[in-house]
Amino acid sequence: MTLRTYVISRILLTLPMIFILLTMVFLVIRVLPGDPVLLHFEKQENPEAMEDMRHRLGLDKPLWIQYFDYLAGLFRGNLGESMEDYSSVGQQIFSAFPATLELAIFSMVVAVSIGIFLGVEASKGYGKTRDNVIRVFGIVTYAIPVFFLGMAFQMIFGLGLHWLPVGLRLHPTLDVPAGLNIGGIHFSTGLYTFDSLLEGNIYKFVASLRYLALPSLTLGLVLSGVFIRLTRSNMFETLRLDYVTAARARGLSENAVTYGYAFRNAFLPVLTMMGLQFATLLGGAILTETTFSWPGLGRYIVDRISFRDYTAIQGAVVVFGIFVSFVSLGVDLLYAYLDPRIRL
Amino acid sequence: MDKPKIRKGMLSSIIPGLSSLSQRGLAGWLVVLGLIIVASIVTMTAISPWVAPYNPSTINVGPPLMSPNSQFLFGTNDLGQDVFSRVLSGGGIMLEVSILSVIICLLIGVPLGLFSSYAGGLVDRFFCLIMDSIYAFPGLVLAIAIAAMLGRGVTNMALSIAVVYVPSYFRVIRSQVLSIKEMPYVEAANAAGAKGRTVLSRYIFPNVVPSIVVVATVNFADAILTAAGLTFIGLGVSADIPDWGWDLTNGRRLLSSGTWWVITYPGLMIILLALGFTLMGEGLSEMANPRLRE
Amino acid sequence: MSRPLLAVSDLTVEYWARRGKVRAVEDISFSIGKSETLGVVGESGCGKSTLGLSLMRLVPYPGRIVKGEIQLKGRDVLGFSANEMRNLRGKDISYVFQDPMTSLNPVKKVGAHFVELIRAHEPRVSEKDAVVRTRKLLKDVGIQSERIGDYPHQLSGGMRQRVMIALAIALNPSLVIADEPTTALDVIVQAKILDLLNALRDAYGMALVLITHDLSIVLERSNKIIVMYAGHMVEYARSEDIYRNPQHPYTQGLLKAIPNVELDEQTLNAIAGSPPDLLNLPKGCRFWPRCYCAKEKCREEEPPLANTEPDHYVRCGKYKEVE
Repeated sequence: MTLRTYVISRILLTLPMIFILLTMVFLVIRVLPGDPVLLHFEKQENPEAMEDMRHRLGLDKPLWIQYFDYLAGLFRGNLGESMEDYSSVGQQIFSAFPATLELAIFSMVVAVSIGIFLGVEASKGYGKTRDNVIRVFGIVTYAIPVFFLGMAFQMIFGLGLHWLPVGLRLHPTLDVPAGLNIGGIHFSTGLYTFDSLLEGNIYKFVASLRYLALPSLTLGLVLSGVFIRLTRSNMFETLRLDYVTAARARGLSENAVTYGYAFRNAFLPVLTMMGLQFATLLGGAILTETTFSWPGLGRYIVDRISFRDYTAIQGAVVVFGIFVSFVSLGVDLLYAYLDPRIRL
Repeated sequence: MDKPKIRKGMLSSIIPGLSSLSQRGLAGWLVVLGLIIVASIVTMTAISPWVAPYNPSTINVGPPLMSPNSQFLFGTNDLGQDVFSRVLSGGGIMLEVSILSVIICLLIGVPLGLFSSYAGGLVDRFFCLIMDSIYAFPGLVLAIAIAAMLGRGVTNMALSIAVVYVPSYFRVIRSQVLSIKEMPYVEAANAAGAKGRTVLSRYIFPNVVPSIVVVATVNFADAILTAAGLTFIGLGVSADIPDWGWDLTNGRRLLSSGTWWVITYPGLMIILLALGFTLMGEGLSEMANPRLRE
Repeated sequence: MSRPLLAVSDLTVEYWARRGKVRAVEDISFSIGKSETLGVVGESGCGKSTLGLSLMRLVPYPGRIVKGEIQLKGRDVLGFSANEMRNLRGKDISYVFQDPMTSLNPVKKVGAHFVELIRAHEPRVSEKDAVVRTRKLLKDVGIQSERIGDYPHQLSGGMRQRVMIALAIALNPSLVIADEPTTALDVIVQAKILDLLNALRDAYGMALVLITHDLSIVLERSNKIIVMYAGHMVEYARSEDIYRNPQHPYTQGLLKAIPNVELDEQTLNAIAGSPPDLLNLPKGCRFWPRCYCAKEKCREEEPPLANTEPDHYVRCGKYKEVE
């Protein structure tokens, strides 16, 4: 199948999956508990207020009309209104999203870097101590609850050693990086690191990195186990291949053999794995953001849960799901582009 | 408590099984090690009412926020409860939640997987689409959403975890069934006129069991971590019952004052329990599909 | 003949498999001189490839050389450090692998393989000079130099194998080991490649070890032949002697199995049975289950290597030391 066919069919496949995803969220949030408004108010103290809310949020209409309203609204980009103050959920999510994006990117970078480095190191000494230690490390990091690791890091690096900040995104006295301003047109990504670079403010850049350090290290470490194992086994297979032995037979140095020959082929699966792990990453991000008071979408959801703001929760979950779908679509397309076998 | 009775019956069948496990090389040892860890924790939790020095739920058995000493091995928390006793008895909720979620998954996921892949055609594609969608969704997010809507409690936590995990069972079973379905001995059975049900139960199912066991062990490990996560967010059980997850949540506030013992010990226990199941899972999956020279 | 180029004595290679130890190569001794070809013949699994790899100390883990001596130009190869081995490989000893499709790096252009090789061993050589040398090498093996920019999958099987040979002789080695260099090719190309190898051998004055399962190939083109069975060397002699006076029953069987177009035979004379499982070797001579003249004592004792004629060694219960 040609690249074009694959791209088209893959994009087409995403549509029904997103549709099912939206339906799932609807079922869980609107249908499952019976009456979200009742849940919100907990006790049936104020029937008037409840009716009022139902009406304003459109929750008094028949279920199937609600469903279509929901889908139609999403299509137009309307994520609903908060139960707390009827403000736009979409707005709230929009402002919280970049923080999660930044955390996700850096954590993934950490995870992949650690994973590849340790995976390659492990493959160099099959069965020997180095290999076994790294394998154990990979298994153990997976078993650590991410918030526990986060708290441990906070204790050690923040409170113990005072090296790194333990919460929030930037020191409260600093202004948020504003990004670029070209002739009145404002351009910012919401990613503090990137924006401060755009602004040309090195101090803010370093500061944002410092705040990012512990959260992304925590999340990245927990995620790295998968990449360690993947790189290690891929390197093994590749290192045993004939052309690697042939390269050795020509007297090429171990480094040339490891990185020039074996590594290239181990890389592509890592890319796919990044896409697959993205969903897990987002889940872990929720816990990490809570631990570090990182103002992202994860912390937003947890907040909204304690407020019993179900419409907001619904909006956030939808955004999570769609985000994951697009990332996985992107990874699949990128992989198809890079892997010559699909092209032929 | 039923736990002691059930285990006695299982012990006699486990011990012969253990000896054959250690013959399987490294993989066998992993399983044995994992099993020992898990069994120890289960035992510890079960006998805790008799062994714990203090009642884990009683407040002010000692001065609050006392660091570990000879009287309170792991110190006390802000409510004056003995952390050591809480550690001994805190595994109960997690074990219950994970066992329950595995049972639910087995009851739903296994039959669904068997049925769907054996039936094939539109039915199969329909279920596949649903399962793939759930699978693609970030697991923890979905679990949080479901738990948030259902409310607190062991059953609800187990349910949310189960929903997230069923697709994994489904997929594993399905891939196994699809490959077995084509095997000559299944064809022979069909040709001999065996009913679908018979073929499924006698030929296909026994071959699928090893994979199910592997998925179940991983499920256990994930369930423990997810349960801890749910509790951390506030969707766990109420505060009376000693629970490691709850200790972590509660102890968080105390960190800034340097009170490290309230979260460290329960956290280590969670890691240990999850590790035990993970090791079992690793060992079992190696035994089921030995990787050549790996 | 002065000191031989390569002298191997009592070489033994063990593999540690899950179920036990396997001796893939046991007590092999031979020597080769300059411009000589040694043929190593045997069925799959007899250890001939392992023998070839062990000469370069490239036996993959979990295999190890546990006994023996390898002397190249008088120096003890087994005593070399890792760095010295690396220098040796590709320069003094080189290897031609069996399947050129999997032995060449699929994402590297043909020319890049050469440049990398040359510069790894002679770092002072500029890229330009390396390319010039590459073109000459390609010409020597009969490949148009325009192909220098192609990827391996763009060449035919025969051409790929020529590339591998060119890589092997690029730095003028003293010894070239070719492991089944023609098995992956069709018969006509086979002959051409084998002729090429011999021509290069004469032109460069190197020694050639030709590993194959096909006795007919080495009968004509080699000076000496080793016949291997289940890790043992069962016969070692000059090719003419092997042809005129094959002494080991296995060698005799191999000779008879060569299809002869001129004779009016309808059936192939295969040797009955299959090679033994190296983990479960039979007691006594390893070949007795398939031997047409196995005696009682063959099942009991493993026969030692006997020198029956000048330059003719056999490991069979039938023969005793002549000298």
